[in-house]
Amino acid sequence: MARTRLPVNGRTLAQLAAATTKTSAASVVRRVPFPYRPPTVPAGVEPKRPEPKTGGNYDTEWARSYPARLARVLLVEGLVRPAVELLAAPTIKGVDRLLDTDGPLIFAANHHSHVDTPLLLSTLPEPWRHRIIIGAAADYFFGSRLTAPVSALVIGAIPIERSRVSRKSSDDAAALIDEGWSFLIFPEGGRSPDGWGQPFRGGAAYLSLRCNVPVVPIHVEGTSRIMRKGSKVPKPAPTTITFGTPMWPTDDEDSRKFAARIEAAVGQLADETATDWWTARRRAHRNETPSLQGPGSVGAWRRTWSLGDRSPKRRRAKRAWPDLG
Amino acid sequence: MPRPGFVLEVDRSTPPILFHHGEQFRLEKLPPGRSRVIYPAEPLEPLEDIEGAIRDALLNPLGDSQPLPSLLKPGMKLTIAFDDISLPLPPMKRPDVRQRVIEQVLDIAAAAGVDDVHIIAALALHRRMTESELRHALGDRIYDAFAPHGALYNHDAEDPDNLTFIGATDRGEEVEINKRAAESDLLIYVNINLVAMDGGWKSTATGLSSYRSLRHHHNVQTMQHSRSFMDQHKSELHSSNWRMGKVLRDSGVKVFQIETTLNNDVFGQDGPMSVLQKREWEWGTRDRLAFLAMKKGLDKLSPKARRQIFHSWKAPHNVTSVQAGEVEAVHERTTSHVYEQHLVPIEGQADILTMGLPYICPYNVNSIMNPILVMCLGLGYFFNLYRGQPLVREGGVVIMSHPTPWEFHPVHHPSYIDFFEQVLADTTDPKVIEDRYEKQFAEDEWYRHLYRTSYAYHGVHPFYMWYWGAHGMQHVGRTIIVGGDTRAVRRMGFMPASTLQDALEMATDVVGRDATITHVHNPPILMADVT
Repeated sequence: MARTRLPVNGRTLAQLAAATTKTSAASVVRRVPFPYRPPTVPAGVEPKRPEPKTGGNYDTEWARSYPARLARVLLVEGLVRPAVELLAAPTIKGVDRLLDTDGPLIFAANHHSHVDTPLLLSTLPEPWRHRIIIGAAADYFFGSRLTAPVSALVIGAIPIERSRVSRKSSDDAAALIDEGWSFLIFPEGGRSPDGWGQPFRGGAAYLSLRCNVPVVPIHVEGTSRIMRKGSKVPKPAPTTITFGTPMWPTDDEDSRKFAARIEAAVGQLADETATDWWTARRRAHRNETPSLQGPGSVGAWRRTWSLGDRSPKRRRAKRAWPDLG
Repeated sequence: MPRPGFVLEVDRSTPPILFHHGEQFRLEKLPPGRSRVIYPAEPLEPLEDIEGAIRDALLNPLGDSQPLPSLLKPGMKLTIAFDDISLPLPPMKRPDVRQRVIEQVLDIAAAAGVDDVHIIAALALHRRMTESELRHALGDRIYDAFAPHGALYNHDAEDPDNLTFIGATDRGEEVEINKRAAESDLLIYVNINLVAMDGGWKSTATGLSSYRSLRHHHNVQTMQHSRSFMDQHKSELHSSNWRMGKVLRDSGVKVFQIETTLNNDVFGQDGPMSVLQKREWEWGTRDRLAFLAMKKGLDKLSPKARRQIFHSWKAPHNVTSVQAGEVEAVHERTTSHVYEQHLVPIEGQADILTMGLPYICPYNVNSIMNPILVMCLGLGYFFNLYRGQPLVREGGVVIMSHPTPWEFHPVHHPSYIDFFEQVLADTTDPKVIEDRYEKQFAEDEWYRHLYRTSYAYHGVHPFYMWYWGAHGMQHVGRTIIVGGDTRAVRRMGFMPASTLQDALEMATDVVGRDATITHVHNPPILMADVT
């Protein structure tokens, strides 16, 4: 068989080498014909901005599939709960107030720290603990492609918009409550900046009215000592979680009024934790329950001063001299 | 719809019947053709909204009482007394109904601006309740709010500074009760009416009283004339308490009575113990496996381990009614609810009454069922759970099944030990015991000290237990205990038997051959309405 010789000589090879070095990746792509490549946009046409897949748009449905729920149970029981026991040594009170209740509930708690979520996840009573979704800030927990799936899987979170008005968050939450999921929400909308509470927003109350589900007020005490807003390293400290009696909105209550009542109930639980149940009840009936939000129009230092032992920055003084008994 | 209690006529196809036997069980074949078994009613439906029912009872009281909120004023002195560890049996799952009621009472008191509130465990001469027992009965919220300030405590019937003599009945019965309760502007008593004997004036006149008062109705004469003490209208025990109640009322002690009834859901509708409240022919495969596993497992354990397991059981009792207001009006309504759950009609008496005694009675919660308590449970409580006439004819035989160990709790029952060793070694006749020994034990300083500072029943308490069985002892011709410690059984003047068949054979000496037999399938609790 006769061999065919390619017309290769030194000059041809030099021309080829020059052409190769000049070829960029972009030019190669451009040479790929449509539809193997994205279309170009005609001049004068406003290009459509792609919908972000993160933030409030993140689809968490996969995190409620059975494999994901099983993974979450294992994570919560095997990892989160032991860690919480070590870190927060929680004392749980008032669970008996839920014994007459069944079906989905909306748990509304005050919020001081990132520790609040794992703490409540591992201390909520059964049967709600493993059938719960958590309202988490869309911009914070679902802000990136990394944090979004982690938040959805580990804490069963759904994104709640707090920085812009959107019905999607409430529609999603209501649909899930209607399906039988309970909902944990921090109505303050974020962690306390200074150790005092913030006004309760109407989300929990709105969902309660819309889905005809009671709200369980919860007071979490002590987590600001573990990891307050702004700190990076957690420090072990004891905590107390007090569950309140499930609350139903009254006939003449809108979500704003009901939210105020939920806030008052959490305040009474805080008082119960700080003093005792009887003292708290008497003060509640006299409308003398200390506000969760601390003293009003006073100087910043007085607000911090009023926190007393609850101040997240308070540290036990180190002993200067050895204890000689 | 729960099924009512009923009487089974035993025939050849009847399966062996469950007998409780302390912390164990026996399956016994009863002779067909002449045996009957009384089964309790199934647990009544509980209240759907317990909190609502409590609130409704407090706001709409019975009798001539005003609603609770209008009885509470700022600056007043309020005392809340509640039934002690002896109720209910077994202890109920949390939250205990006492906690539910007292929390609502306190909430109304807080709204009314009442600051001076004391909460007292009305335990008469029973042992003091421990912190964990108080927490179980009242919940942590109440305990943490009152106990640290000394406003929640056990009644002390031997503290002369905290007792008040109120007066005497027209029969000379002295009435002396807790000073704080007597001097309060309002005394609220929170009851659990597990059986028909509980509640009414007996709550205050017994629970908050002292030996000086109690001796007038806790005696042999009264017990032998109470036919039975579960039937208030034929109970001399209750008549005496009602007379004392009149003295209390006339002296100005204002009582707001709250009574609650529970269903007889002792072992639950499902779970490992549920088989114990099913009728034997309805045991499914799972029930039989559960029973076998339980029995075989218990066989392998030491008595102490078995006791710990059983005493850790918390019954899923549910609340069936709540009544509040004037004592007698409340108690009448409450008793009808108790009867609704417990009464089982039966015709005629039997020659032999058999009973399987369980691991618990009112006086050994978290403790040991000693031989005296075995007698008290059998001839005192079970025998007296009748209305009309006893289930066994006069001169008949009672056969009880219980291991009856010669064992006493040294902390809870110190005077029982001496009673068993000294008094019963001398005589078992209740009247002789009362005359010869009661005063000595009742006034013993060491027993007083243990009652007041430790967790001991009062020195006189074993006497009362013995008197509790006085009516039964007087009525029956022979008492046989199956499977009991021979020495302990003989010490009490009873006859020991190894098996039920042996006991039935021994009974023929008294009641002849072909004697009729009635077995009470208790617990869950039932009360025979014998005509």
